[in-house]
Amino acid sequence: MSDNVKDKNSLLDVKNLRTSFYNGNSKTEVVRGIDFTVQKGEILGIVGESGSGKSILVKSILGIIPSNAKVDAGEIILDGKNFESLSKKEKRAIRGRDIAMIFQDPMTALNPLKKAGDHLVELLIRVRGMNKKEAKLEAVELLRMVGIPSPETRVNQYPHEFSGGMRQRVLIAMALACNPKLLIADEPTTALDVTIQAQILELLKKLQQENNMSVVFITHDLGVVATICSRILVMYAGMVMEEGLAHEIFYSPKHPYTKALLNSIPRVDGEKTRLKPIKGTAPSLQSIKSGCPFAERCEHAMEKCFMEVPEYKNFSATQKSMCFLAGEEDRLDD
Amino acid sequence: MTETQQKLIEVKNLKKYFPLKTSMFSKNKQVVKAVDDVSFHIYKGETFGLVGESGCGKSTLGRTLNRLYDPTGGEILFDGKNIANLTSKELQPYRKRMQMIFQDPYSSLNPYMNVEEIIDEPLEIHTSLSKNERREVIIDMLEKVGLKKDDLEKFPHEFSGGQRQRIGIARALSINPDFILCDEAISALDVSIQAQVINMLEDLQSEMNLTYLFVAHDLSMVRHISDRIGVMYLGKIVEISKSEELYDKPLHPYTKALLSAIPIPDPIKAQNSKREIITGELPSPIEMDTGCRFRSRCPFAKPICAEVDPQLRKVDGEHLVACHLY
Repeated sequence: MSDNVKDKNSLLDVKNLRTSFYNGNSKTEVVRGIDFTVQKGEILGIVGESGSGKSILVKSILGIIPSNAKVDAGEIILDGKNFESLSKKEKRAIRGRDIAMIFQDPMTALNPLKKAGDHLVELLIRVRGMNKKEAKLEAVELLRMVGIPSPETRVNQYPHEFSGGMRQRVLIAMALACNPKLLIADEPTTALDVTIQAQILELLKKLQQENNMSVVFITHDLGVVATICSRILVMYAGMVMEEGLAHEIFYSPKHPYTKALLNSIPRVDGEKTRLKPIKGTAPSLQSIKSGCPFAERCEHAMEKCFMEVPEYKNFSATQKSMCFLAGEEDRLDD
Repeated sequence: MTETQQKLIEVKNLKKYFPLKTSMFSKNKQVVKAVDDVSFHIYKGETFGLVGESGCGKSTLGRTLNRLYDPTGGEILFDGKNIANLTSKELQPYRKRMQMIFQDPYSSLNPYMNVEEIIDEPLEIHTSLSKNERREVIIDMLEKVGLKKDDLEKFPHEFSGGQRQRIGIARALSINPDFILCDEAISALDVSIQAQVINMLEDLQSEMNLTYLFVAHDLSMVRHISDRIGVMYLGKIVEISKSEELYDKPLHPYTKALLSAIPIPDPIKAQNSKREIITGELPSPIEMDTGCRFRSRCPFAKPICAEVDPQLRKVDGEHLVACHLY
């Protein structure tokens, strides 16, 4: 987001974030200098293919990256406080209370030996300081809020007694138990059927509006982003290729990658035409070369693209794209 | 699609039940009716799409008609011959004509075999070609799926997911089959790679005159590739139609709900569209009583829906639906 929009409304500010995986002496940078802002009360979508670094980006923000990974540089400012300056204890208090996260796989995120309700009760006691009796009542209310039928009996059931969609609801209830300011949702509907996905998206939208929460929604599904997000980051090979409002990204995309991605998916609402795939495969981050990471697959790549990384060009107060060509619409729209 | 519209596969009242493990003392044996009295046909050269939520039996139906499972009842006519009750020896000539592409390109290729051995396996079993002749076929096949001759000696781990899926496709096509079951063949791939594989499948279809049964949960992709589509719900096909017609004029309340749940990659359309969000989840396929299976989630359920199981009926032309509303 360009500087003029960076105002008091921002909840999370990430500046020049870099994260690498270390393996012996070799270093693989997977988040390669990312800047972005999350406004209060908005749903920001992060779109990218597998390996684009979208999950590790948010995990870096939360500080839950694997032990062989390290955040090399960057500033994370949450609600005016610089995350790095906080002690471990203070960080821990923020996770769970101010920032909550829901994961892709609802099958493995719950402890199979603990009742669904106990997951919530434990959290409410630890973070919100309730006593056991209050926590139990609140747990029932939370399950009711996320649309689980007969929550009074459900609190006492174990995860294996829940379907995938219902488990994802339990996870959402856990994430919302402490009224977080920011909810990070990492592919929360990818493992679910479309009908259940529609239910969960509707629920997330409703809860986001009721609690005036900010949501960072990670997905590879452009349909899902269009349905739920107001602003979008398009990631590729650890970098943000393009950023803009949902309307800007879908109706006037500037980056060749965004355009190619939109062209490669079939539409249920249009004519059946032959798909236009993006040639080649995503680059391996271990052997990343100089220049624009998309250059190898880009139809419009020039010599320059293989030499240096392009700077961001602003197109509006909200839209920017990392491409030498961006703006030269005539050449891109063939 | 050929003009004569010859049927390559015709399924009549196909059933596949799986017994549940019960205690040795319990009297009534429970079964899961994964495919329950399903009839449909696939024309030569067409792509038939099969969609439904997970657990509806679409994969079981595909695998049963490919005879990877033994059917509990019913007929499978392959090119006019009932193969439902053939022994594995009698099936051999048909196996050569029916191949399969699997969902997971990581677990469907043997990691200890190189590309040549993987593609050679069906050739060795089903053809009488010499080693050198087979090698020629393999190289030819590799080029068809966009891989190179140099890849022959490589092992699966040296390839990306999309490339592995190409190897799986080369293996399936090497013995020149008539029919390919694509069971979620592109679901594990990235968006930009899916389009590559779909285009390739379309090219190979016209080149080799193939018939596809395309089982998938990605409804936009199924619409794109299929000529006709069957919608499954709890072991039954509830609607069959030409693909554009199904998306333009769905009849069954379940099809309507399923289609309106597809997220459309267009913010204005997506946020303005009135979604008929279906409530509840797929009921258990074990305790099923009489009547329509969708009635517990159906907004239009009538008393008759609880009593009589609706049969698949022709509404007009190629459009069939199993619902009491029509």
